[in-house]
Amino acid sequence: MVLIAPLGFLGDYQLFRLTLIATYALALLGLNLVMGFGGQISLGHGAFYASGAYTTAILMTSAGVPYWATLPCAGAAGAALGFLVGWPALRLRGHYLALITLALATAIPQALKCKALEPWTGGVQGVIIDKPGAPFGLPLSPDGWLYLLALAITAVAFTLVANLLRGRIGRAIVAVRDHTLAAEAMGVHVARLKTRTFALSAALTALAGSLGALETEFVSPDSFTVFLSITLFVGSVVGGVASIGGAVAGAVFIVMVPPLANSVSRAAPGAVYGVILIACLYLMPSGIAGLLRRAAASSWWRKRKRGGEHVA
Amino acid sequence: MLGFWHQILAGVATGGIYASLALALVMIHQATHHINFAQGEMATFSAYLAYALMVSGVPYWGAFGITVVLSFALGALIERVLLRPLAHAPDLTLIGVFIGLLLILNALCGWIWDFTIKPFPSPFGSRPLLGGLVSSAELGTIAVTFVMLLLIWAFFRFTKLGLAMRAVAHNPESSRLVGIRVGAMLALGWGLAAAVGAVAGMMIAPVVFLDPNMMSGILLYAFAGALLGGLDNPFGAVLGGFLVGVIENVGGAYLVGTELKLSLALAVIAFVLMLKPSGLLGRAVASRV
Repeated sequence: MVLIAPLGFLGDYQLFRLTLIATYALALLGLNLVMGFGGQISLGHGAFYASGAYTTAILMTSAGVPYWATLPCAGAAGAALGFLVGWPALRLRGHYLALITLALATAIPQALKCKALEPWTGGVQGVIIDKPGAPFGLPLSPDGWLYLLALAITAVAFTLVANLLRGRIGRAIVAVRDHTLAAEAMGVHVARLKTRTFALSAALTALAGSLGALETEFVSPDSFTVFLSITLFVGSVVGGVASIGGAVAGAVFIVMVPPLANSVSRAAPGAVYGVILIACLYLMPSGIAGLLRRAAASSWWRKRKRGGEHVA
Repeated sequence: MLGFWHQILAGVATGGIYASLALALVMIHQATHHINFAQGEMATFSAYLAYALMVSGVPYWGAFGITVVLSFALGALIERVLLRPLAHAPDLTLIGVFIGLLLILNALCGWIWDFTIKPFPSPFGSRPLLGGLVSSAELGTIAVTFVMLLLIWAFFRFTKLGLAMRAVAHNPESSRLVGIRVGAMLALGWGLAAAVGAVAGMMIAPVVFLDPNMMSGILLYAFAGALLGGLDNPFGAVLGGFLVGVIENVGGAYLVGTELKLSLALAVIAFVLMLKPSGLLGRAVASRV
């Protein structure tokens, strides 16, 4: 209820920012699944975000598909791309996933500008789409409706991922991260599990990209440069990589900090990201979520919930 | 047919730059088993340093020399200050620091020298040579790259210091036991990699123009080159860099068009990982369980 309350009194721009936070939280949930729980490093989740955004934009404008029906398609497109990229890299040990994902993120804006695809992608100009209005005659502005939609989808995704991680598959994912050999000896098919986890993660981020496209009403190659992928990486690490709540903290960080930094200078967001990232890795490697958890564990929470266990 | 040979030679010229950057990546990877994702931005920063020196009146080769020395110092400093404390940190931490470094250097370039694209002089002019087969700039780039690669090879092959550095990359524990200062060698390796990257940056800047993001595509080709040749083999990385340069130019001209050149590099990376992850000249690693 607290999360629905802003609909009553916030203006459209504030709602837009809140919607962005919910969207990035979903994207970071995907990234945290791979980096925090899977122990793999992706520097290219912006590419999956882009694939979702473009799937929605192209289906809406070229095929006339209603926006809500494009959301599952965007997830599927992200999963397919994630599988394609993850499959060659995840069979191997080492930093190949980081390398190939960074390569993907670098290559994707150029590929989207390609002349052959222009009838669908709009080339450099990109695609303009309409912001959907509220259905069933609900008394909401389009921004209000999108906020509700993003909130609902993100909440469902968080619940599903939390359940997944608590179950057998989640334990297998964490086991592979902590001791690959032992997990393999216990019967976990390591390469297959890693690839599927990565595909799921890509699907979540693509779904976020699809929501993002609806919010900004516009997709273009220059919105999905390698800097987007790096922003997601920074958000994930600063928020707290091995926790689900960290995705929300990271999303607040990447939505709130750049406008503040931008008012100083154009170079500032990059520098601020870089400095905070390095400081974070040195001083609080478990991110904002880890910091909050430790603070909570050392105070009243401990007395009330003695013996309560934590998953991560 | 002339056009085809021109594409090959142009590919060798840019390939030399990819080869240098790939060599820098492999030098660091061999010693630390990490891929320096900030290598491209370090080279960009060096190119900007050279630009600043030239603007303030230093002649080209003077600026070239000073930049190489400064980059060497900067590389060694980065190793000493940022990475030494993290020698035993998890992978995510190290990659995060590389990304942080990339962001900071990129922002610094934009902050000090602003984001407008600047021309960068080439000391070789752009006269057509050999009946239009190759331009003087391309030939000059090829010459500089070859001289540098030869110097690096001679350093590692014939000097005591080079031998010590190879020993550290191969087996740090035993090297320390025989009295090699492992930390100093690592800093030296970072310095050398930064210096090699600086030369690559100064050679590519006249082609792509000076801009804080100029290296992100180049680094992708260098990744492809290093992987194609083998991440643990310097010769392989150099060979791979040249090959990727030729593939990029010939493929861009006849196969996929200039718009998908970066995707071509991505395809090379994916194919190498699928078919021969150790690269052309690398060793397949078998680990005992």
